[in-house]
Amino acid sequence: MKGGWLRIYAIAYLVFLYLPVVLLPLFAFNDGTVMAFPLKGFTTQWFVQLAGIEALHGALLNSLFIALVTASLSVIFGICAARASTRYTFPLKAPIMGAIMVPLVLPEIIVAVSLLVVVVQVFDLPLSAWTVVAGHTLICTPFAIAILSSSFQGLDQSLEEAAIDLGETRWGAFKNIILPLVSPGIVASFLICFTISLDEFIIAFFLTGAEPTLPVYIWSQLRFPTKIPAVMALGTVMLVASLIILSVAEYYRRRGIARVGGTDSGGFL
Amino acid sequence: MSIISLQNIEKHYGDYHALKDVSCEIAEGEFFSLLGPSGCGKTTLLRVIAGFEDVSSGTVLLGGQNMAGVPANKRPTNMVFQSYAIFPHLSVAQNVGFGLRKAKLQPAQMADAINEALEMVGLAGFGERAAHALSGGQRQRVALARALILKPKVLLLDEPLSALDKKMREQMQTELRRLQRQVGITFILVTHDQEEALIMSDRIAVMFEGEIAQVAPPQDLYRRPLTRRVGEFIGVMNFLNARQIDVSDGTVAFDIEGLGEAKVGPDQLPEGARAYLPVVGLRPEAFTIVYEDPKLRSQRIVEGEVLDLSYYGDMTYYEVKLDGASAPVTISMKNLTTRPVLERGTRTLVSWDEGSLVVFAA
Amino acid sequence: MTTDARRGLALISPTVVYVLLLLAAPLAAVVTFSFWTQDFLTIDRTLTLNNYREAFTDPIYRTLMLRSLTISGVVTVVTVVLAFPIAYFVSFQVHPSRKALWIFLITIPFWTSYLLRVFLWKVILGFNGVLNSGLLSLGLIDEPITFILYNANAVVITLAHAFAPFTILPIYVALEKIDRSLIEASQDLGESKVTTFFRVTLPLAMPGVIAATLIVFIPTIGDYVTPRLVGGPNGLMIANMIQTQFLKLNNAPMGATLAVLAMCAVTAISLVFVFFNRRYLR
Ligand SMILES: Nc1ncnc2c1ncn2[C@@H]1O[C@H](COP(=O)(O)OP(=O)(O)OP(=O)(O)O)[C@@H](O)[C@H]1O
Ligand SMILES: [Mg+2]
Repeated sequence: MKGGWLRIYAIAYLVFLYLPVVLLPLFAFNDGTVMAFPLKGFTTQWFVQLAGIEALHGALLNSLFIALVTASLSVIFGICAARASTRYTFPLKAPIMGAIMVPLVLPEIIVAVSLLVVVVQVFDLPLSAWTVVAGHTLICTPFAIAILSSSFQGLDQSLEEAAIDLGETRWGAFKNIILPLVSPGIVASFLICFTISLDEFIIAFFLTGAEPTLPVYIWSQLRFPTKIPAVMALGTVMLVASLIILSVAEYYRRRGIARVGGTDSGGFL
Repeated sequence: MSIISLQNIEKHYGDYHALKDVSCEIAEGEFFSLLGPSGCGKTTLLRVIAGFEDVSSGTVLLGGQNMAGVPANKRPTNMVFQSYAIFPHLSVAQNVGFGLRKAKLQPAQMADAINEALEMVGLAGFGERAAHALSGGQRQRVALARALILKPKVLLLDEPLSALDKKMREQMQTELRRLQRQVGITFILVTHDQEEALIMSDRIAVMFEGEIAQVAPPQDLYRRPLTRRVGEFIGVMNFLNARQIDVSDGTVAFDIEGLGEAKVGPDQLPEGARAYLPVVGLRPEAFTIVYEDPKLRSQRIVEGEVLDLSYYGDMTYYEVKLDGASAPVTISMKNLTTRPVLERGTRTLVSWDEGSLVVFAA
Repeated sequence: MTTDARRGLALISPTVVYVLLLLAAPLAAVVTFSFWTQDFLTIDRTLTLNNYREAFTDPIYRTLMLRSLTISGVVTVVTVVLAFPIAYFVSFQVHPSRKALWIFLITIPFWTSYLLRVFLWKVILGFNGVLNSGLLSLGLIDEPITFILYNANAVVITLAHAFAPFTILPIYVALEKIDRSLIEASQDLGESKVTTFFRVTLPLAMPGVIAATLIVFIPTIGDYVTPRLVGGPNGLMIANMIQTQFLKLNNAPMGATLAVLAMCAVTAISLVFVFFNRRYLR
């Protein structure tokens, strides 16, 4: 067998990676509130219960709203920055790009704390979904830039010049040539930002107002053992939803590659 | 009347001086080439004409109109890019018809125009192909059709053949030439391949380091290079030290090392030059290895030794050290069955043609 | 300025303004705060180094800071060392047509909610947890093992799991970039497989390893959830204290001071790390 010891190690590592994930559906369908083996029996009651929790629905809607706005803003900022950095040279380009990417390597708690200080202590504004959006957009934008930069980078600059040469305006060339060609990157970065925002806890924990986001809601439930099976059910639903979103993103990415005749080179991220 | 007039074009990239006082007239219907080594500014000049680069100073006239401030999409020029820049998400027909959107044609007229253009470049029936499913030669043809369909006053081509293999390149050279005669549009071709420029062009501008060194038809360029550098760049040229010994009636006498004294007439001297370089040039074919009795040949015969040779099948190139010369000269001889190829170390007689002497202005 | 430069600056300005407004300005505010003091709800705006003095002298802060740095360091080493063989395996020994599948398999677990993943580790490692109940029912142990929950070990295991893909992917990308003929050339020049690995493969993969190291080290220092859920009192880290100062003790200036110190510590360590590895980054 090819690989030998390394392959055995790889499989053991995969077991380690999947260990917690496998437990999620296991306990979600387990007829008991104690998280331990042996399992009790099969039930779908936790899923049914989910449908009746008002607070959860509010948190979910809140999170979806925040994730949508965050992803849209991040993608727009990302397009501006990625396009500027791949197409133009301008003074102080390297330091400017460096500064924009800083949130990528900043511990999230620092982002959370510093925004909290400004919002509450300096401006004395109320916390709300919008403060969370502000924080999430900050950390998602670098991801969007990273993904979009590689899309823009792959474009031959003469494509745009050819369009202008054939009579298009600058904007027309951007709209008709550049945007369609980077659209897979746009979809991918949108979905990644959406997922990051949906899952982000610390910033939301510090900056959320009266309406919690989904992770903040889950956090509040983890203290109560009786609520945990429902949380497991919720986690299972979210995992399935994430995988569906991911498959859609992957589908678009492949289609994008096929459309311009490239060959596939690895997956997402 | 010239379709393009470049007047004192200067271009700076920061500190870098990319185009230095470039002036040149290009006639309507001409096949004009920009030839020069890598980095000399050919692409920059082409992009200045297309409107992709602003000039630092100077004027570009296109059909008599000043192009200052006219963006690329409003200029009557079209470009064939080195990478072809075929839009990968559009079909061949959509690519070719891309520039027609502004013309607001009926769908049927549009289809006709596209088919006609495709036919012209030998791609009839390829319209529905996806752009990425094309070979290099086919992409090149699509790029040509896409530009020519707009009937530009000038077609600009940036090294259009450099991405093709040798065979395809030779085929496209003839085809481009034929196409240019057929449509009668002015073509400006950028190339660093001197052979390509000589084969295809009506006139060639040779550029070095942002400056135009000479503009001339291919034959003149080969036979009468203005500067030593042009002579070196186009084909092979031997340079021999020469001392100027006399001037009278516009005829200059030189004492050339290894060859002796020679007179150069007024029609052979560089125009307008007041002084001449102490060097003369001779192409390899201006020398002949003398096989028969020297008395039957002209008087200009010298002696030398074959130092080295390269055998090319139809031709042989000899490195011959002429007696009294400081460096060997390259001599080309057609191989005939009646002539043996000389061996290394052979002593031989060499005749040379005084009328082929090239003199350079100092 | 050229047209291009103006267009570029105009295009990037929205993003720059956003980052300046929401990152640079807040960071400056945090730094300012760290020089102030707070008494219950009133903020004293005289500049003072008291917070810093306290942060350095009070053993609680010192312990937490040192523990955070140690845990981050250990997590980083463990994660990178565990991840490298996987990245190597996928890059060098998996058939090219199946590489995407492996990468996909590696990333899937991370589409589970982060909170729940950490919580599930608590479930696995707990006294009555999956591990203990499993081992007990198999008869491998007689009584539950206790040394892996509510301490630093649990934090290390959980974080090593949380950051797995972020280490595997950069190393994998770096390994993929290595021209395979370099490895053949090395063997052709007389190196064995093992020496080739250390003289060619590893140095060329170093940019990926360095990236992976920073990607793990920097955020882990600020992790709040993991120490809180699985760390117990002896596994708490600096982020927990920052949160306490801000949201429980109402001592924002002290929280700000700790945040600034944590930030400075990571930045300094990262810079030193990059400095010592700079020859690989050219
Ligand atoms: N945007 C730019 N910024 C700075 N320098 C440039 C820029 N574009 C070109 N140059 C410089 O100007 C010089 C001329 O470039 P150009 O592309 O015109 O050369 P070329 O003659 O087309 O060469 P090649 O045969 O290699 O294509 C080069 O030295 C190049 O480095
Ligand atoms: Mg060029």
